[in-house]
Amino acid sequence: MSTAIQQLPSHLEAFLQLQQQLPVHRQEPWFRGVREGAFTSFCQLGFPTVHDEDWRFTSVAPIAQTAFHLPEIPEDECNGVTEGDVAPYRLEGLAAQLVFVNGRYAPGLSRLPAGHKGLQVSSLAEAMLKERGIVEPHLARYADSSKEAFTALNTAFFEDGAFVFLPRGLALQEPIYLLYLNHGSATPQIANPRNLIVVGENSQATILEDYVSLGAGVSFSNVVTEVVAGEQAVLHHYRIERESTDAFHISTMRIQQERSSTVNSHSVLTGGALVRNNIQPVLAGEGGNCLINGLFIGNGRQHLDNYMKVEHRSAHCASHQFYNGILDGESRGVFHGRILVCKGAQQTDSKQTNRNLLPSDTAQMDTKPQLEIFADDVKCTHGATIGQIDEEALFYLRSRGLDDAAAKGLLLFAFASECLERMNPGPIRNYLAKIIIQALPQAKQSEAVL
Amino acid sequence: MSTDTKIIDSLVEGEYRWGFVTEVESDSAPKGLNEDIIRLISTKKNEPEFMLEWRLKAFRHWLKLEKKEAEPKWANIKYDAIDYQDIIYYSAPKPKKAGPKSLDEVDPEILLAYEKLGLPLDEQKRLAGVAVDAVFDSVSVATTFQAKLAEIGIIFCPFSEAVQRHPELVKKYLGSVVPYSDNFFAALNAAVFTDGSFVYVPKGVRCPMELMTYFRINAADSGQFERTLIIADEGSYVSYLEGCTAPTRDKNQLHAAVVELVAHDNAEIKYSTVQNWYPGDPVTGKGGIYNFVTKRGKCEGMNSKISWTQVETGAAITWKYPSVILQGDNSVGEFYSVALSNHWQQADTGTKMIHIGKNTRSTIIAKGISAGHGQNTYRGGVKVLKSAVGARNYTQCDSLLVGDKCGAHTFPYIEAKNSTARIEHEASTSKVGDDQIFYLQQRGLPKEDALSMIINGFCKQVFRKLPMEFAVEAQKLLSVSLEGSVG
Amino acid sequence: MSMLEIRNLHARIENHEILKGLSLTVNAGEVHSIMGPNGSGKSTLAQVLARRESYVVTEGEVLLDGKDLLAMKPEDAACEGVFMAFQYPIEIAGISNAYFLRAALNAIRKYHGKREMDAMDFIPFYKEKMKLLEVDESFMTRSVNEGFSGGEKKRNEILQMALLEPKLAILDETDSGLDIDAMRIVANGVNAMRSPDRAIIVITHYQRLLDYIVPDFVHVLVDGRIVKSGGKELALTLEEQGYVGVEAEASATAVAV
Repeated sequence: MSTAIQQLPSHLEAFLQLQQQLPVHRQEPWFRGVREGAFTSFCQLGFPTVHDEDWRFTSVAPIAQTAFHLPEIPEDECNGVTEGDVAPYRLEGLAAQLVFVNGRYAPGLSRLPAGHKGLQVSSLAEAMLKERGIVEPHLARYADSSKEAFTALNTAFFEDGAFVFLPRGLALQEPIYLLYLNHGSATPQIANPRNLIVVGENSQATILEDYVSLGAGVSFSNVVTEVVAGEQAVLHHYRIERESTDAFHISTMRIQQERSSTVNSHSVLTGGALVRNNIQPVLAGEGGNCLINGLFIGNGRQHLDNYMKVEHRSAHCASHQFYNGILDGESRGVFHGRILVCKGAQQTDSKQTNRNLLPSDTAQMDTKPQLEIFADDVKCTHGATIGQIDEEALFYLRSRGLDDAAAKGLLLFAFASECLERMNPGPIRNYLAKIIIQALPQAKQSEAVL
Repeated sequence: MSTDTKIIDSLVEGEYRWGFVTEVESDSAPKGLNEDIIRLISTKKNEPEFMLEWRLKAFRHWLKLEKKEAEPKWANIKYDAIDYQDIIYYSAPKPKKAGPKSLDEVDPEILLAYEKLGLPLDEQKRLAGVAVDAVFDSVSVATTFQAKLAEIGIIFCPFSEAVQRHPELVKKYLGSVVPYSDNFFAALNAAVFTDGSFVYVPKGVRCPMELMTYFRINAADSGQFERTLIIADEGSYVSYLEGCTAPTRDKNQLHAAVVELVAHDNAEIKYSTVQNWYPGDPVTGKGGIYNFVTKRGKCEGMNSKISWTQVETGAAITWKYPSVILQGDNSVGEFYSVALSNHWQQADTGTKMIHIGKNTRSTIIAKGISAGHGQNTYRGGVKVLKSAVGARNYTQCDSLLVGDKCGAHTFPYIEAKNSTARIEHEASTSKVGDDQIFYLQQRGLPKEDALSMIINGFCKQVFRKLPMEFAVEAQKLLSVSLEGSVG
Repeated sequence: MSMLEIRNLHARIENHEILKGLSLTVNAGEVHSIMGPNGSGKSTLAQVLARRESYVVTEGEVLLDGKDLLAMKPEDAACEGVFMAFQYPIEIAGISNAYFLRAALNAIRKYHGKREMDAMDFIPFYKEKMKLLEVDESFMTRSVNEGFSGGEKKRNEILQMALLEPKLAILDETDSGLDIDAMRIVANGVNAMRSPDRAIIVITHYQRLLDYIVPDFVHVLVDGRIVKSGGKELALTLEEQGYVGVEAEASATAVAV
């Protein structure tokens, strides 16, 4: 609390600076009130500390104590990034690809969709101006600025992000790729990407959010993504956080599910110095299904915190959380899985499993399941394991000719594959498999085998 | 959304089948607890001096605890305060001759009582070759296969006999796993225990038959304080079955037993219980048995193994935590349990696995079924001490709620002080409601079969661990306990 | 004689009247689709036909192959050949699909005075069905619906239908919560079950499923009554125009009546 007040002058200064920076045609009056409210909230709340129950295992002091700057105004449509820089992130067969640099839209690098009536994939800032009718009913209605400091910070300071809108009944087979590049610089920079994804009634989409660092430098990505899944909608959502080990990354994904909708959210977390991944689905309508499937791989001195809060507000909904963690070196992992079943949410089916492998003696894992059940006709399961690489399995592989490093790599990949197996087969899954192998300690040695 | 719970309600209400009383002459001590009563008990049992001394030490310790109001209050159960002076601590049926030497000499009324219970001892003898040590109100009545077992060196006899014939063994092991200072009820038991089973299996011997004991509490106001001690010497194996039942009474009856198991190098002890104490009046909740038990096994030797398997459907109040101390390297502890709380029963049960040696392993599978207004609390403790390198634990606790008015609570405790420990834990809570029953009905199954199928599926993992005779009885017991006046 | 004859059915749950004079005839060999807005009574119809006791019939009659369906208990209706694929199938831990289905099959056989099938006979019987539906055999040893995804649960319902061979199959919003791939697989299973001796009712809110399970007749249920019937094109019209048009028509008619 006090940290925020001390820094108040600099935050206020930044806020005013932002207001001035945004070109006149991009200052959306209808949203100004919300921004100001969020800014006030942020000042009142201040950054959370370890005395807050939801932040017990993670101190954000490194973030609170660093003076971050808003990024410099770009001079070109590609924000100083070349096509060559983006080449490794191009995929075949996409419906659209949006590229953001330090939280700002780079139209020169983005590829917009064509041929689907009613489909919108664009910069959120533009959509706020041109498509207010479909943005206003949803923007900032779900992620809560009054209680969560980082959400408030994002809502007050965001410049841009992705807006994806699927009209009723559109089953989009090709994926949409949202790429967020962090262009390093000497001074610590903050970016607040804000995304809004609206999946219309009975429509279907696959969306990938990818956070990448270009070059070194201390940075802070404070992301908020709001997802609305209409009745009978299906969303396959993927998120990769692979920024550099100088980066701070806090992301909040708030999902609102209507009746009979399905949202499968897959997260792969490999980068960042201090990462907090919040996923908060609310099953508002009856018969909704939510899958939260995550993998985090820690090394060195990384701190990877995964916080889930699933809220069952209606009957017959199912939520499944599967999180696998691999912690090497002196890294530290956290899994805090909350399940809230409201009164009346009968016939709830909720399952939470967190499995952790600690190949290193100095790594540490904190896992905390938290079930709050207020309905009596529910089925709730939760489980957690913490362990080391199975000596017997290791010996078995070595007895078949693999050396120690390759054997370990194979076993680690097998463990990580549990996460991959929950994804639909396809180009996104293959893409993620490669990223995981790169991130796994020693998996490189077994790349040939894999 | 349907709120109709009529199907479930009718299935859950049921009558206690075993409620009846046997008229047999009884030789009882006066009510109350003091040093004189203890001396009386010791005298009646012809105990050597060391036994009386141990009892008195325990009693004095208990007095201290009682003064400090140290009766455990942390359990998640409510019951009327027990007046320890209002209980008879010794009661034995008067035998027609001086001490029965075989089943034929047992009071026929008693045998008839056992038949009513559904366990004709003769049948038991013939079918399973099981040695039965039938305890009737604090005095063991029949010990059938003593001689046969003695041929291979196995001692299986009433505790009171062991104290006289094998005092050196009793002295060596009594209180080594549950000292009288362990807890309030352990102290009480140590002071006033009247009988129980004693088993010693010598080195390398595999006990060829399941050993069984039946308990029965008959005289009103008599508590039952059993003490059982089982020792498996190096490389031996024994499987012990404990089953009990009790008659209908208005006043609550106290049962504070202690069971100690010791397994040496490469030895294995399997201890199974199917328990059906009177649960209390289904409408008022009054009159059932208070069951406070301390059961503990020590895996003293390397590669030793102790398994607890239990199916509990009775008792008004149950408070018990069979535990295993995994001291020997590579030792294994297991706990498989089904606990049913129906009508107004309250159960606070669980287990404790303490990992001390290297590469120890423990498995806990606890299933709780709550029905009627039953309240079921499960506490699972897994403690891995610093010395316990390579410890592994798997815990699974599942709760099943039948109907709307019951409750289930789970408190798992995991404490690992060694980073090489591998701990796995799963817990689930689910309900059997009209929706579930309807699903099975829509596939052609009548509703009683539907409930029975769901319950059996739920308990399968545990039933599979029981010796076969027990498994069948357990299944029947469970369906009878949950059965209504179906018609 | 028709397989299913519903005449002027009125039904309520607790104090709410949901079905307000529903009439429908379905012949063996036909696939009928019932569509309607949320709350129109689609699920209620299914539950009443499956004989869920909490739904009370206040008026009307239902004949299943000439017999009085409303006089039957749920397990008897099942034995007489009614099968409902649940919108929210139940999990039964510890009971394998094989055990469950054999118990169900034998309950039905017992009802008809037939000899029960033992485990040895059951195995080749189900292996054949699994092949027909392209389901892996390992499925039979898994516990009923435990750990199944939404799509797998729905597929399991169709598999059960294949094994129990009902006369009247009612699919209660089988497409709800499924993505297109899962829907296609489930539809294949249903289509494999079409037969001249069998009547199938597909209850759905959205038209997409009917691209895969093409119905002979489509009925629109609004406010507890069937207000419009037609061929498969009716479903497409509804998809384009929504239910509003039909609802307006229906209340106009209601007022007139």
